Amino acid sequence: MPANRFNGFTEYGVGIGLRVPHYQHILAKKPVVDWFEIISENYMVDGGRPLTVLDSILEQYRVVQHGVSMYFGSSDPLNREHLKRLKALVRRTRTPWLSDHLCWGSVDDRYTHDLLPMPYTFEAARLTAEKIRQVQDFVEVPVVVENVSSYAEFHVSEMAEWEFLNEVVERADCGILLDVNNIYVSSQNHSFDPRVYVDAVPAHRVAQIHIAGHSKFEKYILDTHDHPVLDRVWGLYERAIERCGPTATLLEWDDRIPSFNEVHAEALKANKYLKAATTGESKQGNVLEYAR
Amino acid sequence: MTDLQELQQRMAKAVMQPLTAREQMRRRNSAGQSNATEAAQFIRPNDQLTSFERLEIYNRQYWFRLFSNFEEDFPGVQVVVGRKRFQALMRAYLEAHPSTSFSLRNLGSQLVSWLDKNPAWTEPHSEMAIEMAGLEWAHIEAFDNAIWPTLSVDARSQINAESQLTLQPHVRLLEAHYAIDDALIAVRNESGSRDTSSNNASTGHVSKRRRALREMKRETVHIAVHRFEDTVYYRRLAAEDYRLLLALQQAVTLGDAIDIAFDGSLVPEHERPAYLQSAFAYWTTMGWFCTPPVDREGKGDS
Repeated sequence: MPANRFNGFTEYGVGIGLRVPHYQHILAKKPVVDWFEIISENYMVDGGRPLTVLDSILEQYRVVQHGVSMYFGSSDPLNREHLKRLKALVRRTRTPWLSDHLCWGSVDDRYTHDLLPMPYTFEAARLTAEKIRQVQDFVEVPVVVENVSSYAEFHVSEMAEWEFLNEVVERADCGILLDVNNIYVSSQNHSFDPRVYVDAVPAHRVAQIHIAGHSKFEKYILDTHDHPVLDRVWGLYERAIERCGPTATLLEWDDRIPSFNEVHAEALKANKYLKAATTGESKQGNVLEYAR
Repeated sequence: MTDLQELQQRMAKAVMQPLTAREQMRRRNSAGQSNATEAAQFIRPNDQLTSFERLEIYNRQYWFRLFSNFEEDFPGVQVVVGRKRFQALMRAYLEAHPSTSFSLRNLGSQLVSWLDKNPAWTEPHSEMAIEMAGLEWAHIEAFDNAIWPTLSVDARSQINAESQLTLQPHVRLLEAHYAIDDALIAVRNESGSRDTSSNNASTGHVSKRRRALREMKRETVHIAVHRFEDTVYYRRLAAEDYRLLLALQQAVTLGDAIDIAFDGSLVPEHERPAYLQSAFAYWTTMGWFCTPPVDREGKGDS
């Protein structure tokens, strides 16, 4: 299960996001890290320090690309310049797979730079799947789509989010980047059982898993990536690993970023679940309740 | 138009509406319609939040993200006009020029021309603000523009008065009437760095307080903003150097560029050959002259 055609038949272990505040530490100390995930858009430039650092990282580490603005679900056609730059970066990093979000964020060539939720309709699933196929054909590496955190739902939706995800990935024949924190955030914002979501995902398509922290407000939860992973999210992660097997896992920490060692140590907590899945033993340490 | 496109246009229009002064969603849109009624048309409420409140989360996130990036890109303009006026200027600019690029790096690409057409936002410091915005945009371009292969020894030996020399894309030339380079270095020394794109949500918008720029003496300065070993530098240029490099950048032949450089110059004629030799030696050492891709593909690197 962990190595599959959607992640280029790799077994990548536990990685962290490559972020500017950690550049110096990584280049100087060369810590042992299974892999780094980069935000593609930060390196889709013509030159300068971002690419120099990336090239140094590539000499010693495995790197996977994660995008934030392809907007598979936007009704606009794909941006050719974006695709060309993305493909050039794919060649540079030799990423075994490429991820971006199951969302939209631009319309009529105006970009919101946000991950806006999809209306869960068959029309939207058809269009989104078609665009994923186009990107995959162009970049020539497996494309996997990530479920997003959301704060709104549409009247026009014809199915649940996980049904929409399944509809899209089946039509596109692509992989899934399963973000268990996003599932948790959305489950609290939309009152559904996150475990139902995790159990509904086609395990054979899961190429990678994201974990992260979030912030709770009075009436909703925001996906802020500025905290350690919460126990309930670890609980969902455990369930996902039980279903999917030991899968490439990445911790996202994007705001109020602590030291490299702190971020890495938080990510490495995933190892106990990965190990348990390998040995067939369940931790059952985190109670998963459907409660606000 | 598909139903999907219609929904996305509707939501984007709502999300990109300006916030109130207290950074909340406006009760009415620009057409005077109730945003609560509009939100209820396409967003489902739940037991915690109304349709309006759910839409408002996205409306605020949109602006917080743009504000944060714009403030990081233009700290110098902020110290020229002051924090409060900068906030108003930023909102007006971003309303007039929403992002049309997949990269937030390009958010401020129209700022100089917009400030030029809208001096009311920067008066009485319009000239300084526009020049500072130009320097900050030049910094962004110098930071990550391409470096093309430098001119080979062979190519350099064939240079004559009719030659057209190409400057590296990361070399940006500016003429200003204040020492904006010194001012920006001081501002940047107080600022940190960040990743340009991420996929997390923001809990709020807190603009950094920066010391207001003191009155600057009016003086003409010429600056080359360039990158060397991945660091952006601001190099002061003599007026002759600036005119020469600018002419070369505008595809003027070397002979004509030299004439332009020394037009009205106080450098005595007999000193000009040595002057040029020294200037070109420095620029060559820095690798500022290069072979653009079209030449490399079409004619070879010679």
